[in-house]
Amino acid sequence: MNGIHDMGGMHGFGPINPEIDEPVFHADWERRMFALWTAAFAAGMYNDNEFRFAVESRPPADYLNDSYYEHWLICMEQVLINKGQFERADLEAIWANAGNAASAGNAASAGAPSVEGAKQALPADQVIPVFMTGASARVDADVAPKFKAGDAIIARNLNPAGHTRLPRYLRGKHGTIEKDHGVFGYPDTMAHGDDETPQHVYCVRFSAREVWGESAPSRDSFYVDMWDDYLDPA
Amino acid sequence: MADHDHTEPPSDTALRVKALESLLLEKGLVEADTLDALIQLYEHNIGPQNGAKVVARAWSDPDYKARLLADATPAIAELGFGGVQGEDMVVVENTSEVHNLLVCTLCSCYPWPVLGLPPVWYKAAPYRARAVSEPRAVLKEFGVEIRDDVEVRVWDSTAELRYMVLPERPAGTEGLGEDELAALVNRDSVIGVALVEGA
Repeated sequence: MNGIHDMGGMHGFGPINPEIDEPVFHADWERRMFALWTAAFAAGMYNDNEFRFAVESRPPADYLNDSYYEHWLICMEQVLINKGQFERADLEAIWANAGNAASAGNAASAGAPSVEGAKQALPADQVIPVFMTGASARVDADVAPKFKAGDAIIARNLNPAGHTRLPRYLRGKHGTIEKDHGVFGYPDTMAHGDDETPQHVYCVRFSAREVWGESAPSRDSFYVDMWDDYLDPA
Repeated sequence: MADHDHTEPPSDTALRVKALESLLLEKGLVEADTLDALIQLYEHNIGPQNGAKVVARAWSDPDYKARLLADATPAIAELGFGGVQGEDMVVVENTSEVHNLLVCTLCSCYPWPVLGLPPVWYKAAPYRARAVSEPRAVLKEFGVEIRDDVEVRVWDSTAELRYMVLPERPAGTEGLGEDELAALVNRDSVIGVALVEGA
């Protein structure tokens, strides 16, 4: 989608302002939110692409105003409701008592049965093995590459309303295939519950001038990983 | 549900997170000990010190460096690092001719196993907007001046590959061991917004 999240090349956001000696988390609720998100992710309750699309779909003003872990909170609630893991009413029952934080745990809707398709929680003793191993997004599928290193390409001018990992600043631009990374699932379909549509992902080089014009330094470049379906031969 | 029945979420974000946590615990979708283990892992055990060790090994051992640049994931695993958000790693080397810089313009992709969780500025609009279009100005804000005859390469992490920069080894560090070298390497130099200063 052509959303506010697709920020490459935008103006007006000001200086970067890094925080000196920044802590990993800035509040205890951020710590809890990170753990909730990763635990639910590891239990298979959503995939990266689905979640990224939920974040991208936030109203643009909210996307800019809310903090990173606020996005995680609001989108995690929404994604889990959409997937039938619980209902909004379950949260509302707790919110109704939220002024009294101490009672929140007890107020969790006692009656609601687990819905069909509820996932298995990740046990604590699996945190290290699961997170230190990970799960590659590579797909073991016999798919022929459409391009090879050295090929000239044009990034397609695609403007889907759904999720895509083709940034706006590259659409219609000429680049060169640097390397074939192999076969991966396709985020544009996986974000929407569709199949993996496995295809090759390439590292593609673009010159800074091709994208930003003559004022860009002539020797500068950038490298972007792109799926077959984002590319046409040039 | 009709609008008049809605209970609005608490305006206090901490209470709203607590509500979600209590619901997920109640439904058996997460376990309390698991949450604590995840926080321990990513707040204390995994962080830029991992990436620093990879850099120091590469500076000290030419064969390791060659393996790291050729196929980063197994080379990083030799030091015991790997996993979520680093399953398919690529290492790019800074030289006297090339300076590399990492960004994720679309979200916040970052190599967790070697750097831990990203700082706020990496996830925020100014860096994501500007790193691709004016990387030299961005670097200058971080105090790094790149000569005109050096190529700046920006790596926008749009797919599931995760990147790390192998910074240039500073002059005058020839006599240092791996631990001493690792102590010179910070997070920003592995993102590419800083150079490693000598001892």
